[in-house]
Amino acid sequence: MNIIACIKQVPNSAHVRIDPETKALVREGVESIVNPYDMHALEAGLSLKERYGGKVTVLTMGPPQAEAALREALSCGADEAVLLSDRAFAGSDTWATTYILSLGIEKIGHFDLIICGKQAIDGDTAQVGPGLAERLNIPYVTYVRRIEFVENGAMRVQRLMDDGYDVLDLPLPALLTVVKEINEPRLPSLKAKIRAKNQQIPVYGAKELGADEKKIGLAGSFTEVTEIFAPKWDRKRLMIEGPVEKQVEVLLKNIKQI
Amino acid sequence: MDYFLTDEQKMIVDLARKIAEEKVVPVRAELDEKEEFPWKIMEDLGKADLFGIYIPEKYGGFGGGCFENCLAVEQLGRACIGVATTFAASGLGAFPILFWGSEEQRQKYLPEIASGRKLAAFGLTEAGAGSDAGGIRTTATKDGDDYILNGTKQWITNGGEAEIYTIIALTDREKGARGASAFIVEKGEAGFSFGKKERKMGLRASSTRELIFDHCRIPKDRLIGREGMGFIVAMKTLDLARPGIGALSVGLSQGALDAAVQYAKERVQFGNPIISFQAVQHMLADMATQTEAGRALVYAVARYIDSNPKDIRKVSAMAKLFPSDVAMQVTTDAVQVFGGYGYMKDYPVEKMMRDAKILQIYEGTNQIQRSVIGQALNKEYSRTK
Repeated sequence: MNIIACIKQVPNSAHVRIDPETKALVREGVESIVNPYDMHALEAGLSLKERYGGKVTVLTMGPPQAEAALREALSCGADEAVLLSDRAFAGSDTWATTYILSLGIEKIGHFDLIICGKQAIDGDTAQVGPGLAERLNIPYVTYVRRIEFVENGAMRVQRLMDDGYDVLDLPLPALLTVVKEINEPRLPSLKAKIRAKNQQIPVYGAKELGADEKKIGLAGSFTEVTEIFAPKWDRKRLMIEGPVEKQVEVLLKNIKQI
Repeated sequence: MDYFLTDEQKMIVDLARKIAEEKVVPVRAELDEKEEFPWKIMEDLGKADLFGIYIPEKYGGFGGGCFENCLAVEQLGRACIGVATTFAASGLGAFPILFWGSEEQRQKYLPEIASGRKLAAFGLTEAGAGSDAGGIRTTATKDGDDYILNGTKQWITNGGEAEIYTIIALTDREKGARGASAFIVEKGEAGFSFGKKERKMGLRASSTRELIFDHCRIPKDRLIGREGMGFIVAMKTLDLARPGIGALSVGLSQGALDAAVQYAKERVQFGNPIISFQAVQHMLADMATQTEAGRALVYAVARYIDSNPKDIRKVSAMAKLFPSDVAMQVTTDAVQVFGGYGYMKDYPVEKMMRDAKILQIYEGTNQIQRSVIGQALNKEYSRTK
């Protein structure tokens, strides 16, 4: 199986802050990590490769330093990595990002399966996976918690729902987005780390991808961030005292008033 | 401090540290409480290729040396020396095969040890043979194409969990230590069983057990080197392994220092964080200085060992002695910095102090290390005069 795992380098959300002027995330000085959900996507790809053979290519779009995220994925056992990077990509929203990623996937060529994390911990949109599948016109399942098997060009997966899970069959090629319940991402290995250090990572810009400049970056994005604020949440604290019957009465009255 | 590590050495540190922080720290208190063997962590270390650090590439290892191994052990020791000892003891069991084993023995056993698929263990100590290792009573009697082992080994790290054991036994009782030989015994062999699992003050994630040989028959090709080499193999194996105990100690001291400094910055008394008080500052300063001195010594000795010098006994004893005494002091002081909280199991320093004590005892007590150093000095100075 040829598997593509899409990953994103994100600021470690434990230390992130938002610029009050630009409303954008301040990335400077904040440690970058691979989006945790994407590590589960990579792990899903690596374990499929172990079961069925093939190779795993990791793909990311980002600034040149996003190469570090790709090398981390290679350290965990991915076979190849591709970086999509260009100043012209800056400011892309999920719409433009899926366009650029779809071009990157065309560049990589043949694939059987694309796996993404369910969402990134910085933007939290969960739009890129499904959006990419739409661009590529392939079937997709989101929130996959288990891959049961791959057989005769099709696969069976379980989709996590609020009240249980669905079992779905889908033909390949396809796209999955995965939840963290699906697996436990493996750690890097020493040998793979050393191999990853020297591995060539091709970088494709807008020109190499043949991207339409009106569809990328800020110009190609419909999303505009006008304001970011923490919603006001006034909590009231009410201590109810007295005998239990009385307490229940007061509590009930208060609940009805909400 | 920058010890000018190569990129590959830095990768080892990063990887071992990641495993220590993500896989060991969250479970160390539970492993300690339940005296549970850390199999899951051993599997992770195996997958990360860390068991093969010092094993040559042709046997599936990384091809590093004593120094690289110490770097990994230090990071694991920072989180839990029970886990780190389990890891390092597999190396102790492997060294005799690596350095004195036949090509066939190396090819058979080293790849399995390097991958972490199998753990190794080293069996020398007996009830009557501790510091006086020459007093062992376990025998290996030649019988046709086999040897038959009889006797009981005591306090064997990884006992019961390891698959591959290097055992020192007497092939010639008359000659005492010079009649000792080293053998490889595999778990599951008839006549080889395990005695009680010890309950310990610290190091409780590590398994410490008796090995019982009752007419245990093994083929003669399990002999490591020649008959009569056993004591030399044992002593040189311990020489090679001692900087590892030093590295473990440095890791433990660092872990205790990290916890103590962090706590001293947060704990407020008399209106100020206690780190602002000179009494606390001076304790922390000594802890940090001693830890760094221990690290510098371990790194220097490990690098020296990797240059293949003729005699390492004195320096390797130093690399065990100093950092382990430091670890006892630093962990005790860490508990002191924490005050009453340090004595409670809610904070990690209580376990660290209990764990530290073993470092002054195992792999040769610190009194034995001082004797080794003293004897070496005596020899050195009579040579030069």
